[in-house]
Amino acid sequence: MQALSSIIRRTTAGFLVGILLLAAPALAQETGDVSTFTLDNGLQVVVIPDHRAPVVTHMIWYKVGSADEKPGESGIAHFLEHLMFKGTEKHPAGEFSARIAEIGGNENAFTTQDYTAYYQQVAPEALPMVMEFEADRMRGLVLTDEVIAPERAVIIEERRMRVDNDPGATLMEEVQATLYQNHPYRLPVIGWLQEMQTLDRGHAVAFYERYYVPNNAVLVVTGDVTSEKVRELADQTYGMVARGSDLPPRTRPQEPEQDTMRTVTLRDPRVSVPSFQKQWVVPSYSNGGKGEAEALDLLAEILGGGIRSRLYQQLIVKTGMAASAGASYDGGALDDGRFAIYGVPRGDASLEAVEKAADAEIARIASEGVSEDELRRAKNRFVRGMIFARDNQAGMARIYGSTLATGGTVEDLAEWPQRIEAVTVGQVKAAAARWLDQSRSVTGYLLPASEGDPQ
Amino acid sequence: MKSPDSEGRPVSRLTISALAVLFAAYFLVLSALQPARADVNIQEVTSAGGIKAWLVEDYTVPIVTVRFIFRGGSTQDPAGKEGLVNLMSGLFDEGAGDLDSDAFQLALDDAGAEMGFNAGFDGMSGTMRMLADKREAALDLLRLAVNEPRFDQGPIDRIRAQIVASIAARSRDPETMAGIAFAQALYGDHPYARRSEGTPETLAAITADDLGAMHRRLFARDNLIVGVVGAIDAETLKQELDRVFGALPAQADLAAVPHVKPKLDQVVRIDYPLPQTQIQLAYPGIPRKDPDFFAAYLMNYALGGSEFTSRLFQEVREKRGLAYSPGSSLANRRYSEALVVGAGTASDNATETLAVIRDVVARMAAEGPTDAELLAAKRYLLGSYAINNLDSSRAIAETLVQLQLEELGIDYIERRSEMINSVTREAAAEAARRLLSAEPAILIIGPEEKEGN
Repeated sequence: MQALSSIIRRTTAGFLVGILLLAAPALAQETGDVSTFTLDNGLQVVVIPDHRAPVVTHMIWYKVGSADEKPGESGIAHFLEHLMFKGTEKHPAGEFSARIAEIGGNENAFTTQDYTAYYQQVAPEALPMVMEFEADRMRGLVLTDEVIAPERAVIIEERRMRVDNDPGATLMEEVQATLYQNHPYRLPVIGWLQEMQTLDRGHAVAFYERYYVPNNAVLVVTGDVTSEKVRELADQTYGMVARGSDLPPRTRPQEPEQDTMRTVTLRDPRVSVPSFQKQWVVPSYSNGGKGEAEALDLLAEILGGGIRSRLYQQLIVKTGMAASAGASYDGGALDDGRFAIYGVPRGDASLEAVEKAADAEIARIASEGVSEDELRRAKNRFVRGMIFARDNQAGMARIYGSTLATGGTVEDLAEWPQRIEAVTVGQVKAAAARWLDQSRSVTGYLLPASEGDPQ
Repeated sequence: MKSPDSEGRPVSRLTISALAVLFAAYFLVLSALQPARADVNIQEVTSAGGIKAWLVEDYTVPIVTVRFIFRGGSTQDPAGKEGLVNLMSGLFDEGAGDLDSDAFQLALDDAGAEMGFNAGFDGMSGTMRMLADKREAALDLLRLAVNEPRFDQGPIDRIRAQIVASIAARSRDPETMAGIAFAQALYGDHPYARRSEGTPETLAAITADDLGAMHRRLFARDNLIVGVVGAIDAETLKQELDRVFGALPAQADLAAVPHVKPKLDQVVRIDYPLPQTQIQLAYPGIPRKDPDFFAAYLMNYALGGSEFTSRLFQEVREKRGLAYSPGSSLANRRYSEALVVGAGTASDNATETLAVIRDVVARMAAEGPTDAELLAAKRYLLGSYAINNLDSSRAIAETLVQLQLEELGIDYIERRSEMINSVTREAAAEAARRLLSAEPAILIIGPEEKEGN
């Protein structure tokens, strides 16, 4: 256990901000004072001061992800993210990373379906340097043909590691491709292999020129810095970057009415215990009606959010038919969200029995609703989670950045606890009845090579 | 707008390396405790009953985080009952004192607290995170869990069945099989060669009495280490320490575990038609208390510890595009240590990748890091402490426990910079020679090597 956590911390520590407590703790310092402003060139800036530790987290979020790629170019958003480390006219490849490393800082970047983000964690004195470099590569990237081929090989190895070497990940990719019938969310962020192999310098440059502009980005700075200081530095760095052409609204092909129940089956000799997952396309915080996403969030918590959830108590504790079971809701997308349940049988129980039992729990909520007590406990856990989240500066930067990059606002986040509080048992019941309809679900089965068909 | 812990599924430029995934279960990788500033205010608190804890007091966020470890983990499992300590770690929120499983979990939820126990080879650790205004109710439950776990038959059978199911689910996974085979090859008949989760057979042999007896052996005041961070003052903490831990037996009853050197100069192959071959190399390591530990740590940073600037990253990834996350790390456990190198590469490139890695290692062994590399490594380590090791209340609490566990002293933070700065290029080169000259143990998971390949 410790081994895993310390390795994870070593490699993802970039996300976590240090808290080095000073001899005299600033009692009055609340992390709640979030300020936001927009530069003349359209760059939106969010600052969340927290002076507990001499550390700042600097994140730039571009409002572009794999769902914005042209057909046939899957993986280009992520490929460009890798190529962003290849240097500019002012700063050759490796200089930025070396400057960060030599002051003990951390850096990384990641790509999702809806956004691409780059971040650094450094001492406050280094913030001007980081902002200078990051602003420079917003428009100054130089891509030569020599860097394309080796980096393309790297992303293909990344795909093999993440997807092709792992039957569970392979199935997930196929479930996703089946769940969305029209929306580009059906494409893997890493890209389809045969399209990744054709990505070249021209694709990357075109994508970069179009989307990497200040008026398509959000800067989030958290930690030991003031809003005034960030504004001053932003004016000197990002403020010098010319505004790009206005981008059209992010309108992607939307899902048609889904009216079939679909199954996706993967058999693999590496699998010894079967499992299932079932997914639905549901509203997100961005496109849902009032309170709809909040109700789905609470439904996921009550249905399968932890050891007190219905799936855990019924399938694992009471009947003992499952080794694991749960539910989750991803409501953070710019377009539709996703709801999922999963289960793994144990002992002599069949996969079919576990799936049926999980379906029955959904049906029970859809017809009878949840109790006031269950709802109160779920709400308390969410609100408590927001307090615990304040302990982690980089986590806060990520919450704000991902929200703003998908059309949300600072106010939305501030009001989230109240909107969670306002959800009624009736709304949770209605969400289950309306959205978790078996006749529009996609079920993925991961099966041993030799077993019979679960149907 | 998302609930705080919900995230998309981002694809990141670098995440856990293949190396880390495989070695996670087998090595405690040091997150090198190198405080950067001397202004961390750690208080050593000793309760009236003699329980010691390190405290960092802070009121910025109204929460309290308690982390502790009882030395002696899965290495203490009796032969034939492997998996006992790991099974126990799953039972602390399944009933304690007068509260059965249901009642305990509801009370924990009401108290607004998160509690977790985890079994490692060398210790049983626990963490509790609570809202400051519900501290007393939360710590009441921790007191019950630590002192009076019920080990009721129902929960034992259920948690055991979940562990058995998880073992079964991975029984045909080549990486799992490789991990088991490599641990046995490296450690022979030492407890580190065993699976800490046990096997279906050994798990079946475990009784409630076994759990109770192991609990009495492990949970004692003399092998307890505590770190606390957050909205609590020293005087209050003293009282809470006695309340939670004061009634435990004075002395633990641990079986002696010998130190073991991993067996090198061998190749373990797991033949499986994977698209990507995983390569791992294990070299001799260096104990945490060795005077040359920092020389070795700095050398490893230049070799493969640094994510974007190391030699392995440059040669394997940047120049040749052979692997996504090549790297190396010092992997230290209480009774063993190693330096491990790893990469995952397209199966057709496995031979080339292994050759490049061996060449990078051989050059480092022969010449050591350059002056520039050593300087860059020192600068990184000097600047990185706050970011890497004190990144949240939870991480600070873990750091407080680790500092005590490794007996580095409460003034370690002040001494550390000098220890890093005093490393000479000669010392780093000597560390490279000492660790990297040996013929390593090599693990290869991938398609069978073809003739003439």
